[in-house]
Amino acid sequence: MKRAALVLAAALACSPVLAAYDESFPDPVQEERARTLQRELRCPLCQGQSVDESNAKIAQDLRILVRERIAGGQSDEQIKAFLVERYGDFILMSPPVRGDTAFLWFGPALILLLGAGVVATIVRRANRRSASEPQTIDPDLGEPTL
Amino acid sequence: MTGELGQLALCLALALSLAQSFGGLWGPLKNDYRLMAMSRGAALGVFVFSALAFGALTFAYVTSDFSVLAVAQNSHTAKPLIYKISGVWGNHEGSMLLWLLILSLYSAAIATFKAGGERLSAQALGVQGLIAISFLLFVLLTSNPFERLFPQPFEGEGLNPLLQDPGLAFHPPLLYLGYVGMSATFAYAVAALLEARNDAAWVRAARPYALTAWTALTLGIAAGSWWAYYTLGWGGFWFWDPVENASLMPWIVATALLHSMMATERSGAFKSWTLLLSIAAFSFSLIGTFLVRSGVITSVHAFASDPARGVFILLILFVSVAVPLTLFAWRAPKLSPGAAFETLSRETGILINNLVLTVAAVAVLIGTLFPLLNRTISVGAPYYNTVVLSFAAILAIVVPFGPILAWRRGNLGAALYTLRFAAAAAAVAVVATIAIASPGSARGLLAVGLGVWLIAGSISDLARRAGSLRRIGLLPLGAFSVALAHGGLGVTAIGVAGTTVWKSELIRILKPGESAALGGYMLRLDGTEQVQGPNYVADRVSISLLKDGKVVTVVYPEKRSFPTEKMVTTDASIRSNGLEDMYITLGDKREDGGWAVTAYVNPMAPFIWLGAVIAALGGMLGLAVKIRRALGARAGAPAGAKGAVT
Repeated sequence: MKRAALVLAAALACSPVLAAYDESFPDPVQEERARTLQRELRCPLCQGQSVDESNAKIAQDLRILVRERIAGGQSDEQIKAFLVERYGDFILMSPPVRGDTAFLWFGPALILLLGAGVVATIVRRANRRSASEPQTIDPDLGEPTL
Repeated sequence: MTGELGQLALCLALALSLAQSFGGLWGPLKNDYRLMAMSRGAALGVFVFSALAFGALTFAYVTSDFSVLAVAQNSHTAKPLIYKISGVWGNHEGSMLLWLLILSLYSAAIATFKAGGERLSAQALGVQGLIAISFLLFVLLTSNPFERLFPQPFEGEGLNPLLQDPGLAFHPPLLYLGYVGMSATFAYAVAALLEARNDAAWVRAARPYALTAWTALTLGIAAGSWWAYYTLGWGGFWFWDPVENASLMPWIVATALLHSMMATERSGAFKSWTLLLSIAAFSFSLIGTFLVRSGVITSVHAFASDPARGVFILLILFVSVAVPLTLFAWRAPKLSPGAAFETLSRETGILINNLVLTVAAVAVLIGTLFPLLNRTISVGAPYYNTVVLSFAAILAIVVPFGPILAWRRGNLGAALYTLRFAAAAAAVAVVATIAIASPGSARGLLAVGLGVWLIAGSISDLARRAGSLRRIGLLPLGAFSVALAHGGLGVTAIGVAGTTVWKSELIRILKPGESAALGGYMLRLDGTEQVQGPNYVADRVSISLLKDGKVVTVVYPEKRSFPTEKMVTTDASIRSNGLEDMYITLGDKREDGGWAVTAYVNPMAPFIWLGAVIAALGGMLGLAVKIRRALGARAGAPAGAKGAVT
């Protein structure tokens, strides 16, 4: 069901990716830059997809905008800054690393470190118990199966 | 008429669920075996009536009974029969009914097999009954699939064309078999807490359910991913969409649970942790249901979202977490002390596995829920690719050591010696990939190296157990389960790397007779014809694939228009040689008769799903071994022996 919904959502406005053709740069370096940048921008309509993948009209407009600005000599950062100002951080596929997103970006690593500490303690205790008990290995403990 | 029968069946299922939970919870308390037997009978009854309700709804769909609202909204007389049937669960109401049916299927299994003895299984049934009551109330009060529509419309509104796909027939049932199956493990865990039993009996009883659920979930997620790959029309197979995450989180936790259960059953380690993880796995299933059904996450999912539904599921979630945790806090002091093992042992390996997997699931949860806390940002694929895939890489490095290290006291030197060929194979694979694949990509190389490391590590472990590589065929079937599960992950890793890092694409306008080159092939557009489908009309374009001037194959991508649903879809053509996919899809038709054609060559793409199938095969083998062992034990025990109860 879940996938069904996803498919549905994506299909409504965002089917295949072809609009890119009409706008492409003859210069492969510029073209690659534009494609990379497009992949980092979220389509405001089809939120699961990047501007590069979406076929919604707004995504096409954004692709043209990106390309005009690249042609106009702006840097990737300038283009992103302009779009963020216009649409908010929402337009970026990857949320910015900032104070209010610190937990998002570093929370998992922090939890992993804390967990590693807990695991180390468990292992140390198990080790101590193992040393104090005579090592009896259960003959039933054979090879693993799922 | 069928609508009323279905409604009645649901009400009877509700009444029987009450009997099931009363008998299951009260019986063991009073040591009353008649009550426990009643609970089992009621569980079978709930299954029968859920199946009847489901059958009634299916009948309404098949006969296009548009006096039922759900049918009128989601079906059409011109729809092919298979999509009338699979359309039953292609909407909120029907899919919740499927949820219930699978829940009652698991209850019926518990009642039939009585794993863990009469008392423990009765208590598990009691818990299952409570879950069934909650969800029956949810269905009856907030999402009644049998709601009537008057006056009855002459024709239905049809089903979204993208759902008119065999994918809809397989994906949701498998997915539900997976994450609803976590309820059985949860029920056994709560039963163990109620009984205050600190032995591994409940784990032994619940493991087959966890394994079934995990296997189904693996296949269900893979089926969905494949479906998206061939229908969405641009070769993507995973989007880190909230709804996908909702199915991935229970899978990650279930994977951790399988490992921790293994340790608890085999060596008695991590008893409390296994209990907690069982509760967590089902909680993640409920969180998933909540995310999908409430519409709380900013998402374009077209499911009708009703705040009442969200609140209802949130309530179920709260109770299913809070009550068992309270019980756990109360019982925990009575649980046995920690296990004894050395640092280098399989237990440590399983601990690392559980740590990384649990944190990975939490990371996905943080990413999925974060936009709720901070509405101005969105969390997309780059976040998950960085965070979750780093966890996956850490885990992949240690995975091959796990099955080689012995319980309690392992030997790292011997494990390293066993894995020397695997390490060499991984290194060769990385060098070979550098040589043949461009552009260079550190991520891609890492994924390929780790993928080969996992596959070769599994083979090395099998060779070690068999004595030599040649004798692997002599190993008992069960010995392959772990190797297949771990190796399957490696296969998937290689597929993901190839498809995401090294795909090549072509976007071109082609007029009839024109051709373009991609990945060693020439694509030549031959012509267009109009074809009539069962409930659509399509422009079918024939494109020849040529290699060295000779036609290898002809593909027919289509652009389909569905008049009822007023939608246009593209039907991509995929030609696979097992190692790479040629993926061709159509864009807009031009006024001059040309077509915008997009084509991709996706190296190793079939491996993504092949790996999942291999891993699921491992799960099935493990399950088969357990079933055979259980049957053997039953045949060996004297008939009617109640001694197995404790």
